[in-house]
Amino acid sequence: MNDELIIAGKAYQSRLLVGTGKYKDFTETRAAIDASGAQIVTVAIRRTNIGQHVGEPSLLDCLPPEEFTYLPNTAGCYSADDAVRTLRLARELLDGHKLVKLEVLGDPKTLYPNVIETIAAAKTLVKDGFDVMVYTSDDPIIAKQLEDIGCCAVMPLASLIGSGMGILNPWNLQIIIENAKVPVLVDAGVGTASDAAIAMELGCAGILMNTAIADAQNPVLMASAMKKAVEAGREAFLAGRMPKKLYSASPSSPTAGLITAS
Amino acid sequence: MHIFINGNLRQLASENVTISALVVTLNLTGKRLAIEKNGEIVPRSQFDMVTLHDGDKLEIVGAVGGG
Repeated sequence: MNDELIIAGKAYQSRLLVGTGKYKDFTETRAAIDASGAQIVTVAIRRTNIGQHVGEPSLLDCLPPEEFTYLPNTAGCYSADDAVRTLRLARELLDGHKLVKLEVLGDPKTLYPNVIETIAAAKTLVKDGFDVMVYTSDDPIIAKQLEDIGCCAVMPLASLIGSGMGILNPWNLQIIIENAKVPVLVDAGVGTASDAAIAMELGCAGILMNTAIADAQNPVLMASAMKKAVEAGREAFLAGRMPKKLYSASPSSPTAGLITAS
Repeated sequence: MHIFINGNLRQLASENVTISALVVTLNLTGKRLAIEKNGEIVPRSQFDMVTLHDGDKLEIVGAVGGG
């Protein structure tokens, strides 16, 4: 089935986007990402460790930019200015790469997004030529505003970053998806495979996750489970589920031709 | 002269050091990185041309694992 995810004009076969943080080592990172089938991987931009050994492996050795689409993020930024500055550095770092994940946080305890700063940063970045995939709350009005600013994908949380609480407000997600003309991806909150399937069944275009895979007891196996869940959820969405009803007088087997006692 | 690299004060032996030369001194040759000098990005193509001055503040960043 040809069912590609189109983001900023580029087609992807996988609807699962994964983070590259919290893994034990680069070997585990690579194995989990391979098992997930993800084509887009998020990376963080941080100060280089001065004085590190020359031969020390780097993330870029583990996940060559030729093989994956990098999605540099602004994790840890609490202001629009910091987020914009980080992504301009990312663009320089990655040779003019335009696709980015914008997230501006409002609170270090909950990691809840600050949508006011997010909107300010999105305006600047879109004007500056970036393709902005934006992390936000599950507020349908804010999601629409971010789309109107020109973000190429809107990524509401399902629950808080790293919480693994699953899809807490499917109704809001449904409204956001219904209103959007750009892809809506769930970013944050997925805890296990069923959460991913539920998000996809709601009609999400994709899911971005990190902790659900990296913090699983067996990250590589969970990555494989997530790949299947995203695919299963997507197919179920496209297939169109049967309506729910309290009971049905229509059994699956024929009512005629039953053997009888007489 | 003294410059700041990623928030840390660092003494350089000579004046008028280029960013290229600094990258070599820091053992960062061949590493993929981006550099900001006093808040302005220095494109990689200009590493040879931009020289450092006393009190300059550099940010040197790379990509790391993140979600």
